[in-house]
Amino acid sequence: MGAGILRTYRLQVGITAVLAVLLALFAVLSPQTFLGGRIYLSFLSTIPFIAILALGLTFLVIAGELDMSFPSLMAMAGLLFAEIYLRTASPWLGLFAALAVGGLGGFINGVLVVKVGVPSIIATIGTQFFWRGLSALLASGLARNIAAIRGTDFHQLMVGRVLGIPAQALWFLVLAVFLALLLNRHVFGERVLFTGDNLRAARLNGVDTDRVRLMLFTMMGLLSAFVAVLVCLEMGNWWPTQGEGYLLLVFAAIFIGGTSVFGGRGTLYGTCVGAIIIGIIEAGIISAGFSGFWTRLVHGLIIVVSVSVYATIFRTGRS
Amino acid sequence: MRSSVQDRPPILELRGVGKSFRGTVALREIHLAVHPGEVVGLVGDNGAGKSTLIKILSGVHRPDSGSLLIDGVAVDLSRYGVAQARSMGIETLFQESTLGEQQPLWRNIFVGRALVNRWGMLRVAEEKRVTMEILRRYVGLQGRAITADTPVQTLSGGERQGVAIGRAMYFDARLVVLDEPTTALSLGEVDRVLTFIEQLSAQGRACILISHNVGHIYRVASRFIILDRGEMVASCDRQDISLADLHGRLLQIHAGGR
Ligand SMILES: Nc1ncnc2c1ncn2[C@@H]1O[C@H](COP(=O)(O)OP(=O)(O)O)[C@@H](O)[C@H]1O
Ligand SMILES: [Mg+2]
Repeated sequence: MGAGILRTYRLQVGITAVLAVLLALFAVLSPQTFLGGRIYLSFLSTIPFIAILALGLTFLVIAGELDMSFPSLMAMAGLLFAEIYLRTASPWLGLFAALAVGGLGGFINGVLVVKVGVPSIIATIGTQFFWRGLSALLASGLARNIAAIRGTDFHQLMVGRVLGIPAQALWFLVLAVFLALLLNRHVFGERVLFTGDNLRAARLNGVDTDRVRLMLFTMMGLLSAFVAVLVCLEMGNWWPTQGEGYLLLVFAAIFIGGTSVFGGRGTLYGTCVGAIIIGIIEAGIISAGFSGFWTRLVHGLIIVVSVSVYATIFRTGRS
Repeated sequence: MRSSVQDRPPILELRGVGKSFRGTVALREIHLAVHPGEVVGLVGDNGAGKSTLIKILSGVHRPDSGSLLIDGVAVDLSRYGVAQARSMGIETLFQESTLGEQQPLWRNIFVGRALVNRWGMLRVAEEKRVTMEILRRYVGLQGRAITADTPVQTLSGGERQGVAIGRAMYFDARLVVLDEPTTALSLGEVDRVLTFIEQLSAQGRACILISHNVGHIYRVASRFIILDRGEMVASCDRQDISLADLHGRLLQIHAGGR
């Protein structure tokens, strides 16, 4: 029984071991940083952004779809939030508008893929350009300073400190638990799994695969908008290239985490650990005295090694 | 004796059903009634429209014309899907796989009709328990370490068919539709499938069997229906035709003459 559980969760155990080794390595290289608490508090304020996005995208990847547009949708949603806050002083209205445009953008992706029949990678590259362009146009290419929002209740609720812990980490925790239950124990998650495993088989079993995918694209749009608002609040600022840096980091977190690019299988736990690994590398490298230029290189190495391990040991390749 | 069967309303009836795919006519004016206890053998060349026909009655395709009656009552086709067909006792074993290869058996048994609480959360323990029961009764574990958590991709062809049939049996179908279920099965496995069909009709359930193997059809079917290029060209009872004649008739149709 114990061996069976170990076998079932070997991927999760493996990825956790990788994280432990990395942390140990960093602790040896720069004990003054990695044996103190401050660096971890800083991680708790930055990693949730990657991790929340990666949770939503993991669902899409499990369903056999991709979304390349979420960084641009973040820019659009963030702009709406900042602009509405600046004009009305109501962050709630701004949040609502951001979520609305996020949900709409995700839904449009879904319609393009499900109803029009455009492959998701192509459709979302298209909408990625569209939203980036629209937000730049509307903002006239200028940033929005919302530093005045610091100190408000809204700011405290979204990204404040709760007993010293960044609120975004708690938001992440709530979302992660909810989404993990949804994927593994809810009938909707089952539909997602079968949609990605074999679309035709899912349909023959009465799964409305169009509806499932529409909902997932919409959910990704909503999560992107939510994270965009958190990022604006954390930085006190909206800027035209907001979100751009997240695209590859989020995909990296998912594939380091062991989710199969071919759909039908994936782990939110793996995604979370993947996001942590991606999120700690830069700090680990810099505090060990190396140049920041090493970050990408090490990211690349970890991604290539981990997906190679999955392909050889877990046979995640195309068969 | 047959008239007594006919007295009861058919479990399922198709009236004037037609279906085209982007201009190609797959089915034209199909009339078909299936009564309790009947086994209908559906035969015809590749592309004759057999699979399209059974996909209409199992709720996968919506016909362009005609109507569908269950227990003598016309079905609202705009709301008729796989879930509705299943809930009215029509279980289908499609020609192509309906199994999620990477998913565990318990999910495959219940996908599309999961046991859930009112929040939509799966009753996993119960689904697993039923899965084990189905495995014991219909798949034959034969000492293999198959459990409810085993992913489908590790199963053999015969075991998969056993899972699909077990699923149809367990959910208490009144009409079981099997589209070429014996293709790629070993002799022993074929016999299990045919025996299963005989049991169905003995229990008063109905069955539609599609197969290219006329011998298999002839063993279990009480009536044969021949489809050719989307049209029903013949329907005859088992007692009115010998296996050799049925075979000859099909060859003749395949050769192009009717
Ligand atoms: N989903 C579909 N889209 C387009 N054409 C289809 C589809 N399904 C079946 N057809 C066409 O309908 C005809 C009948 O096919 P089918 O019912 O699969 O025949 P059979 O099962 O008797 O071999 C064929 O010409 C086939 O190409
Ligand atoms: Mg067929």
